[in-house]
Amino acid sequence: MKLAGMLLLLAGWGIVVSAVVLFPRPLARALFVLAGLGLQQLGLILAFRSGARLPEEAK
Amino acid sequence: MTPATEAYDPSLFACMVLVPLVPLALAGLVLMNTGLGRTRSAAHSMLASMAAIAVAALVYCVLGFSWEGIAGGSAHTVAVAGRHWDWIATAPFCLRGLTFTSTRANLQVLLQVCAVGLAALIPLSAGADRWRISASCFSTALLAGWTYPLFAHWVWAGGWLAQLGSTDGLGRGFLDAGGASTIQVVGGLTALSIVWIIGPRRGKFAEDGIAPAIPGHNIVYVLFGSLLVLPGWIALNGAGAMLFAGATPSQTPLIAINTLLSAAAACLVALVITRFRFGKPDASLSANGWVSGLVASSAICASVSPLVAILAGLIAGGLVTAAVELLELRMGVDDPGGAISVHAVAGIWGLLAAGLFAGSERGQLTAQIVGVATLLGVILPLTYSLNWLLDRLRPQRTTREGERLGMDLHELGAGAYPEFMIHTDDFLQR
Repeated sequence: MKLAGMLLLLAGWGIVVSAVVLFPRPLARALFVLAGLGLQQLGLILAFRSGARLPEEAK
Repeated sequence: MTPATEAYDPSLFACMVLVPLVPLALAGLVLMNTGLGRTRSAAHSMLASMAAIAVAALVYCVLGFSWEGIAGGSAHTVAVAGRHWDWIATAPFCLRGLTFTSTRANLQVLLQVCAVGLAALIPLSAGADRWRISASCFSTALLAGWTYPLFAHWVWAGGWLAQLGSTDGLGRGFLDAGGASTIQVVGGLTALSIVWIIGPRRGKFAEDGIAPAIPGHNIVYVLFGSLLVLPGWIALNGAGAMLFAGATPSQTPLIAINTLLSAAAACLVALVITRFRFGKPDASLSANGWVSGLVASSAICASVSPLVAILAGLIAGGLVTAAVELLELRMGVDDPGGAISVHAVAGIWGLLAAGLFAGSERGQLTAQIVGVATLLGVILPLTYSLNWLLDRLRPQRTTREGERLGMDLHELGAGAYPEFMIHTDDFLQR
């Protein structure tokens, strides 16, 4: 879960940077940047959900 | 600029006055971290902070500066999509590439040593009461030797984020005069990684999911520390703006006013929110609100009006009170000092505020969003994986017995307050 969250964060960043490079038109660029941020949000949620599990020694 | 002409550069003279004040911010954060921890880990917290600052300074000077470099220095570039992305500097190790007659370069190194020390203190707050001192030193070495310099190069030393304005027409490129991203968010995301790796304090989360409050042991330390950080932060923002963002000495009063107003607004909004939320104002959350205003101001201090600084502070204070509760009660994150909320959340807000309010250049908000996405998509996975590997080599969390005894007795052999009566429940098995 944590690994998947981290990969989504990385993939979201890739989309954001690609959008800046590939789309000079502001609208297309903004849409892809928002899509990248959305993917990062999913990644954060996934990482937090797996991070909420308490290690055995902490119980 | 030759040494002779540098002697007459008023911004360098102003920086010579400001940079030596930056350690006050470190001292204030150390006091806050210690006050927000427990009695039985107070000496450990102070010593771990000193050790972290020392490790950060040495590792940064030996290794880190060579990856970060200075703007205009030699760097590795990667050619992608027909352009060259400046991603890491190639300065020699141990500051050997530094010309010691260059005042600007020397001041930049001095400010960076303080800045990396400040970043290293942030995870200590999140790992309080359970993070081994040796593990925190190794983790600090990774932060000062790799993570911090890498991102600082992209922002402050002419790296690809700083060039977004000239290469992609995104405003003035990624803006961060006082280190909201390089220091605060990088430190805050490292704190999040540490909390994920070492887990919560024993007894923090019961089986039924209820999270009892473990209050800080000395609220006077916390409040005095939050006041002490103010002059250090004004100096950090002022010197950072002049050394990395092209501000002039005449902007220093505006930077100081913006920094103070943002902190004041954030503190008051946290105080009011906690007053209505809990019936009485919460001192530790109000102090955290104060620091969150300072964090948010770091990104915008040199480029907005005082009214915007107040607005940014108001939102930062509200965000921090919400984030502290959300992280603890919904996400199961045990962050005793609120470091993740104060430094990462408020820092990200400050960076976005710079995109919204700092100037009217087209694409500035996009540049700021690219920077935030880089922090979340590159720096968080990087710092998490490095600290995860470190944890595999040597567990970062103390033993069950160490946590029961307290970090002072377990790691240092003596408590911070030997003449104090210890509460019996301090030694109860939780």
